[in-house]
Amino acid sequence: MNAQPIHFKPTEGFRARSKAVVDNPFLRQSFRGAMDFLMSKRAAQFPDSEELESLRLLGEQIRQYNLGKLPELLVRLEENLTRNGVQVHWAETPDEANAIILGICQKHSAKLMVKGKSMVSEEIELNHAAEAAGIGALESDMGEYIVQLAHEKPSHIIMPAIHKTKEEIARLFAENVPGVEYTDNVDALIQIGRNVLRQKFLEADIGLSGVNFAVAETGTLCLVENEGNGRMCTTAPPVHIAITGIEKIVEKLEHVPPLLSLLTRSATGQNISTYFNMISSPRKPGEKDGPAEVHLVLLDNGRSQAYADEQLRKTLQCIRCGACMNHCPVYTRIGGHAYGTTYPGPIGKIISPHMLGLDATANMATASSLCGACGEVCPVRIPIPELLIRLREESASAPHANPSMRGQGAGHDGLTSAIWRAWAAVYSSPALYRTVSWLGSRLRGLTPRRQAGWTSVRTPIQPAPKRLRDMIKERN
Amino acid sequence: MSARDRILAKLKAAPLLPKAEPDVAAWFAGHRPVESNDQKVERFRRCIELAHAEVHAVTPANWLAKLREVLASKQIDRLLVAEGTPHGAAALDTLPVQGVECSTYDMPIEAWKTEMFTATPASLTAARAAIAETGTLILWPDADEPRLMSLVPPVHIVLLDRTRLYNTFFEAMQTEGWKDGLPTNSLLVSGPSKTADIQQTLAYGAHGPKELVVLLLGDEQ
Ligand code: SF4
Repeated sequence: MNAQPIHFKPTEGFRARSKAVVDNPFLRQSFRGAMDFLMSKRAAQFPDSEELESLRLLGEQIRQYNLGKLPELLVRLEENLTRNGVQVHWAETPDEANAIILGICQKHSAKLMVKGKSMVSEEIELNHAAEAAGIGALESDMGEYIVQLAHEKPSHIIMPAIHKTKEEIARLFAENVPGVEYTDNVDALIQIGRNVLRQKFLEADIGLSGVNFAVAETGTLCLVENEGNGRMCTTAPPVHIAITGIEKIVEKLEHVPPLLSLLTRSATGQNISTYFNMISSPRKPGEKDGPAEVHLVLLDNGRSQAYADEQLRKTLQCIRCGACMNHCPVYTRIGGHAYGTTYPGPIGKIISPHMLGLDATANMATASSLCGACGEVCPVRIPIPELLIRLREESASAPHANPSMRGQGAGHDGLTSAIWRAWAAVYSSPALYRTVSWLGSRLRGLTPRRQAGWTSVRTPIQPAPKRLRDMIKERN
Repeated sequence: MSARDRILAKLKAAPLLPKAEPDVAAWFAGHRPVESNDQKVERFRRCIELAHAEVHAVTPANWLAKLREVLASKQIDRLLVAEGTPHGAAALDTLPVQGVECSTYDMPIEAWKTEMFTATPASLTAARAAIAETGTLILWPDADEPRLMSLVPPVHIVLLDRTRLYNTFFEAMQTEGWKDGLPTNSLLVSGPSKTADIQQTLAYGAHGPKELVVLLLGDEQ
């Protein structure tokens, strides 16, 4: 089994990693091509802008309505799942979640766990924990399988292997899958993956999956996918463990259709995914297949911190469609790995600080031109640019008691804030402003020729010899 | 305090910010057409064919002949059927004498998992209903027609009554009262299994069926 030796690589190294991608024409081409493809597919799904905007509004209302009742809904979900025979577990931290999952594996003396696509399992780095406990954790989504074979991490939340060309994948398969000849025919490559993984679905002791929506009123876990590996993981092995963030909950089944439509159309430009899988219980007496045990792990990992603040709570509306990264000019140029976090791109910038602390993710909120594309396409109308500005403020403000975020003030710099305070003082007093601008125009010869980053590609800034007010005076 | 209590305590300490309940029904009423059955059938067919499924119109009199023809065209001589269902029983009565071997799902999967995965080229199930908007089959697997039947065999053939079409997913769940009780597993299926994970190139038959065949059952063709 392949370990994934790459852990979170927050903040330091972000610039260097970004530059490495920008300097690599092949990677840039991969991302540019893939993002153009996904953007045009999404656009084709929303020909009617009135329909799109009203559906986004509905999506936002549904998410906000459900977040407004989150504690109550979690309890109801737990009650109904338990009544249906599903075992519910709660984890505050990734370590707790891993311990729960590995505990279930050990109880069943499991050797092999097959995994459907789950970003939350990436978030807790389950594969490492399983490896350390001597349990094989095999990714079964084609993209995730490829990325795991290459000892890498997903570079996109929907299309994990988007950074790889088919030739690279062909080499990877030829080198790592026994008995396979080099082929760069995509159908043939998929068939190779299919054959390897079918055998694993047959053998696996545990199937692990994520959850797209958890429905409180019925106690139902919903999964969206195209490949069928999610259905395999949740049906073929004797035990199914699902893991999800505490925010992925809706009160009513009727909340699902609008969100599902927004999700698949925004993510991959499909009017619906091939499969929508609704799981409400383990195998019942008399049924001939399906897991005898179903578990759900509810993970907090910083989400309750975002929840506590009205503005930051909007982060939790996310349905993980990936549209914000597909439309992000920064993501398109630096790709998913440069960020160093599980969730890259705009959603990564606004959710990761809650998971890892602002101190560990300080560079992320500033790596944005605030062009607004992410906020415009987000199917649940998360005001991502506003949240980025808020995170910049939280980071740059002086540390204070009762911060609303872990790592608040991490980017605070005494000199910079003194300069801004002085600037504000000058600009709010007419007398001071006149004096300082007069001084500036007289002493302009003293401005330095090198001005930090500014002059690397620009001419130095220098006050004008005559102030505007002086010029107006002369004209009159 | 348990993790559960700590998480709930943190969430409860936050202001709730209650929001008005969204009116999902009103959105669908205003944005999705209610079509005649023929229109729904046409829309369903167009969408699911776009997703690479094969659709054949059949009648109660000729569906078994069509089924045999489909199998022959794919050179399949073995079909998994559900003997406890009327369509499964009919297939079991007719096909073996015509040279198609029929196996049945008569034991828990543990007893024949390897055979299911390695020696079951095709299966026949019924759909509970379908959705016109997205070209989607609704399957409710049960003890007679278990979950893996529509997933593991490389060719999945589905019998769909053409009067069982809904305009939307929302209409289906509301009309059938799903909120009052869902089965162990319910599914929406909108084509054969597929992936675009390698260079955005679409390939069918990722993990589930490579081919999906819909027999659209009606009184006339
Ligand atoms: S923030 Fe919005 S656009 Fe980005 S992944 Fe989440 S739902 Fe999609």
